[in-house]
Amino acid sequence: MNILSILNEALSWILILSGAFFVLIGAIGTVRFPDFWSRLHAASVSDSAGIILLFLGMAMQAGFSLIAVKLAIIGAFLFITGPTATHATANAALVSGLRPKEAEGLTAAEPSHKSKNSKKDPHKIKGVKP
Amino acid sequence: MFEIAAIAVLIAMLLTLYRLFAGPTLYDRVLAVNLFGTHTVVFIGILGFLTGRPDFLDIALLYALINFVSTVAILKFFRYRAIGDVGRAPIWRRKSASRRIRLPKLGKRPKTGGSK
Repeated sequence: MNILSILNEALSWILILSGAFFVLIGAIGTVRFPDFWSRLHAASVSDSAGIILLFLGMAMQAGFSLIAVKLAIIGAFLFITGPTATHATANAALVSGLRPKEAEGLTAAEPSHKSKNSKKDPHKIKGVKP
Repeated sequence: MFEIAAIAVLIAMLLTLYRLFAGPTLYDRVLAVNLFGTHTVVFIGILGFLTGRPDFLDIALLYALINFVSTVAILKFFRYRAIGDVGRAPIWRRKSASRRIRLPKLGKRPKTGGSK
């Protein structure tokens, strides 16, 4: 029993500290990345990994009680709605015509999309190939 | 342990606030608002553990619900320039909205006389 409680404590320590680490990393990436489309990546790291780890750690800290149930409900809700909100944001940005910055050596995925095809049919994106 | 997590989440909230005020486009700001709300939910939960009052988790759950709805509402408003039923917006507003986002279907709505 004692060993189990020590194990529980250590595991919740690890989970909460790694969750805090991921949240911090995501926020730093949100500040320092150059582009909206790359900021999405940093935001998703903070939005799913950090949050889930933190809530798991807190639920392990609370033990089997109503608090753990509430934490699980909040964690499941955030786990569903976080990627949904991020997808909605990315979709709105894509429809509004925001395009990724191009690096120097990279060729554009759709070089003449904005000038030529946007008046005809903006929803059909041509030339997007991996 | 909770102190470390609370400080980390606070620093993350400050960095997200910087992105919120400095974001060059609207979508950066929406992303920052969403992220800030998520961080707030976690921070409220940690605060409940720190002060020994787990009732704060109810507030955190409520905040999570409001946060998602507000993000989707902001995005919908800036896409259609109307929050409610888009088909019932005034015609000039409908036309301008359809021109702004180039949706061909919205311009043809007045033929049927609005959706009811």
